[in-house]
Amino acid sequence: MTAAPPNIIASVPRRHSEVHTPTSPVARFEAGAPLRLACQQDLAPFSIAYETYGALNSEKSNAILICHALTADQYVASPHPITGKPGWWDNMVGPGKPIDTDRFYVICSNVLGGCMGSTGPASIDPKTNAPYGLNFPLITLGDMVEAQARLIDYLGIDQLFAVIGGSMGGMQVLEWASRFKDRVFAAVPIATAAWHSSQNIAFHEVGRQAVMADPEWKGGNYYAAGTVPKNGLAVARMAAHITYLSEEALHRKFGRNLQDRSEKTFSFSADFQVESYLRHQGSTFVDRFDANSYLYITRALDYFDLRENAGGVLANAFRGTKTRFCIVSFTSDWLYPTRESRTIVQALNAVAANVSFVEIESDKGHDAFLLDEPTFSATIRGFLNAAAVKRGLGAAKEGER
Amino acid sequence: MNAPDVGKIVGTAKAPRVDHVLIAEMVEAGSRVLDVGCGDGELLQLLTERKGVDGRGVELQRDKVNACVARRLSVIQGDADRDLDNYPDQAFDYAVLSLTIQATRQPKTVLENLLRIGRRAIVSFPNFGHWHVRTKLLLTGRMPINDNLPDQWYLTPNAHLCTIRDFADLCELVHADVEQAVAFNAYGARLPIKWSLSMQNLFGEKAVFLLRGPSRSSGSI
Repeated sequence: MTAAPPNIIASVPRRHSEVHTPTSPVARFEAGAPLRLACQQDLAPFSIAYETYGALNSEKSNAILICHALTADQYVASPHPITGKPGWWDNMVGPGKPIDTDRFYVICSNVLGGCMGSTGPASIDPKTNAPYGLNFPLITLGDMVEAQARLIDYLGIDQLFAVIGGSMGGMQVLEWASRFKDRVFAAVPIATAAWHSSQNIAFHEVGRQAVMADPEWKGGNYYAAGTVPKNGLAVARMAAHITYLSEEALHRKFGRNLQDRSEKTFSFSADFQVESYLRHQGSTFVDRFDANSYLYITRALDYFDLRENAGGVLANAFRGTKTRFCIVSFTSDWLYPTRESRTIVQALNAVAANVSFVEIESDKGHDAFLLDEPTFSATIRGFLNAAAVKRGLGAAKEGER
Repeated sequence: MNAPDVGKIVGTAKAPRVDHVLIAEMVEAGSRVLDVGCGDGELLQLLTERKGVDGRGVELQRDKVNACVARRLSVIQGDADRDLDNYPDQAFDYAVLSLTIQATRQPKTVLENLLRIGRRAIVSFPNFGHWHVRTKLLLTGRMPINDNLPDQWYLTPNAHLCTIRDFADLCELVHADVEQAVAFNAYGARLPIKWSLSMQNLFGEKAVFLLRGPSRSSGSI
C-alpha cells in the first residue's frame, strides 16, 4: 500500500487493515480446496474471519452459529475494532443472556463478500496482487452458507445446536436448514423472508445506483486511486436506513423537530432532526464499510429465493427436516413483514416440521430484532431452553428461564 | 374459562380443567398431538408431562403464543379457520380443538381439517342444550350467561354455539365415527356413559368427543 493521499478519509487505513489482517481469528482455505460458487466459478484461496464466545463442550454439541445481517460482522458480542462500539447483538449474546455464552459456544463469522476479514471485493486477488474490485465473482447467500459450513468443519463441529440470525442472517438460517438438514438441530430465522420481494430489490437498486453514480467509485477500482465513494455509499445507507425503521418510530424519535435551531433556515442544510440523524448514519457507515462489499451483498440478497432449488415449491426446501424451528417477526417491520414469515411457517407445516412462530408487538420496525424487546428475549430464551433439553444439554439454571 | 376445579390433584398450584384431564386420558402416550386454539398451553403442558406427547399448538392471540414459546412449547401464531389447510393428511395422531369450535367462522371446514390432519380428532365444546341454558332462555328471554358462556352476546367470540345433539349431527354429516363422547355436569363430574344422548344433552354443561375421520387412502401430499 502506498501512503494515503491527503484527501482520503481518516478511517480508511484502519478499515483496510481489518480487510487484510482482521482483529478476529481467520480460517484460511487454500488453493487446493476451492469453493464452487453458484455462478459456477471456483473461489480459492479464501478466508473466513470469525469470533467465538464461550466454550465448546466435549461432545461438541453446544455450538450456536449466529448469522449477521447486511452490514454487520463477526463482532456480535465484542467491541467493533473500528468504531469501538459494543457488539451488534450485545443485549442478546453473553453470559446469562438469552443466547447464554455460559452454556453455549457461540460462533459468528463475517460473510463471504464482506469487508471485515472474510474474502470479498476489497481482498487481494492472487491473480493480480491487487484488490478484486469488480473482478470478484457475484456471490449468493447459498455461497455464504457453504463458506460458513467450511468454517464449521474447520472448527471440528459436526452438528450445530442452533443457527440463529435476523434479516439477511435469517435467510442464511433458512439456507442452512435447507442445505444441511442433519447439521442444524434448531433454527431461528428472525424478521426475514424466503425470497427477496420486488420492493426489497427496488430499494437495493437505489442504493447501488447511488454508489455507482459517485465519481469516486471509479468503476469499482477506487482502492488503487486511494479514494472512497463516500457520498454515494452514505446516500445508499440513508435510503436503506429508512426501511429499517417504521413511521411510528421516526415520528416518536424526531417528529418535525428542528435540529439545533429554532427557525427554519430556508436552505438545504439539515433543518430537521431526522435529516441530521440520517446524515450521521450515512457518514459513520462510510467509516466502517466497503462500498463494493455493499454492492455485492445487496446483490446476493436480491438473488435470494429459496424456492429456486426446490422446484418452485418452498415446502420442498424443507422436506425431511428434523430441525426445530422458531420463526419470529415484528408487527411494524415493513421490510420483511409478518406475512413473509407466515409463508415460511406454512411451508414448514406442509412438511409437518416442528415449528414455533411468534409475532412480536413492536413499533420499532425491522431493526426491532436488534433492540431490547423483552418479549422477544423471553421467546428466544424459552425456545433455546426447550431445544437444549431435547438435545441433552440440560435445563437452564433456575432464575435464568 | 372458569371451569370448576376437580379438586383431586395435589401439589399443583392450579388443578387442570376437567375436559383437559379427560383428553389426557384419551391420548396415547408418546403420540403426536396438534392442539388448535391452545391458549396459554395448559393442555399441551399437561399432555407433555402426563403422556410424554410430541405436542404442537396453534393460537390466535399473540401474547398467549409468546407465553407458550417462553414456556418451551412449540406453538405458532395462527388461526383455525385459515392455517389448517397447509398441514398434510394424518400428520398427527390427534388433532385437538378444545372449547374453540364455537368461536370459528367455519366449524364444519375446521372439523373436516381436524379429521384430515389427525388420525383422530378430539373436540370439546360448551353445550348450549344444557338445562340451565334452556331454562334461562325460556324464563328470561335473554341469551344465557354462565361460567362457560361468560360474555354478553355482543362481546362473545362464540359465533357458532351448538348443542350435543347438533354436534353429533355434524359428525354424521362429515362421516366421522364417534369413538367416545363424554359430557360433564356443572360440577365437572362425568355423566354416566349409559345415559342417552338426550339426557347428556340436557345435563351436560360441556362435552368431549373422540372422533375418527372417514377412511382415506394413505400417502397423500
